[in-house]
Amino acid sequence: MVIRRLENWPFEGLMGGTADLDRIRRDLGRLFGGQTGGNGWEAPAGVFPLLNVSHDSENVYVRSEIPGVILDQLDVSVTGRSLTISGERAIPDEKSSVRYHRREREAGKFRRQFNLPTDVDSDRVQAKYQHGMLMVVLPKSEKAKPKKIAISG
Amino acid sequence: MATPTQDIQPREKREVKSEREQTTPGRVYAPSVDIFEDDQALTIVADMPGVPSENVVIDLRDDVLSLSGVPSVSVPEQEEYLLREYDTGKYFRQFTLSEVIDQANINANLSNGVLRVTLPKVGPAKPRRIEITEG
Repeated sequence: MVIRRLENWPFEGLMGGTADLDRIRRDLGRLFGGQTGGNGWEAPAGVFPLLNVSHDSENVYVRSEIPGVILDQLDVSVTGRSLTISGERAIPDEKSSVRYHRREREAGKFRRQFNLPTDVDSDRVQAKYQHGMLMVVLPKSEKAKPKKIAISG
Repeated sequence: MATPTQDIQPREKREVKSEREQTTPGRVYAPSVDIFEDDQALTIVADMPGVPSENVVIDLRDDVLSLSGVPSVSVPEQEEYLLREYDTGKYFRQFTLSEVIDQANINANLSNGVLRVTLPKVGPAKPRRIEITEG
């Protein structure tokens, strides 16, 4: 399990912990012609599922590509500022008479914990799984939302 | 078959570096596939997360099978990224088939981002003997 922290958001959190390893990996990738780096996105090695996290003034959004999972076997939970996505991807057995030419799709259990950058209202968190994509919408708690301050003149 | 207790082995999305240039901007990824066959059919299973069925194109021309899919998801502009570990793009992959396929009975199904294409085989292609008439 890999934990990534985004403690002092928005971007400072990316510089600590595993970010150093990611950076070394990215540099190596560039040296050997890899596809990471330079495009505003970075894939940590050996982590599943990968996450894209974004926010606006109301919500934090977590998106993830997890194709071929049955809904019962996908679990999303929020505890405080910690979001956990876990589950199992099973690939059903084919008839024993088949001959495989390629087997690139992976099966197995996964678990990923992610520390949210802000307090969220855990009672109103919504998760949707469609077309093999998980989308979690986490409403920011009232105190975490930006406040517009009226200026008196 | 993977044992159910095993942890998943993550695979990085593989970008396709095409010989030809795309006319539309954006990345193209090769979906991970399982390919297997028995006496009746050849089956291809491909992971295409984010792609709705109306955006899948399966094309069989001569003996080349092309699978492509365009994800429907887009991130609204007012959202600001905090972490970006993957990029989305079109899926594309081509295969050369060695069997003769019964084109009228190709079956395709898309479920939770997994495309399954079943290509029934036509009996082994019989070499056609051409009779030569004299005179």
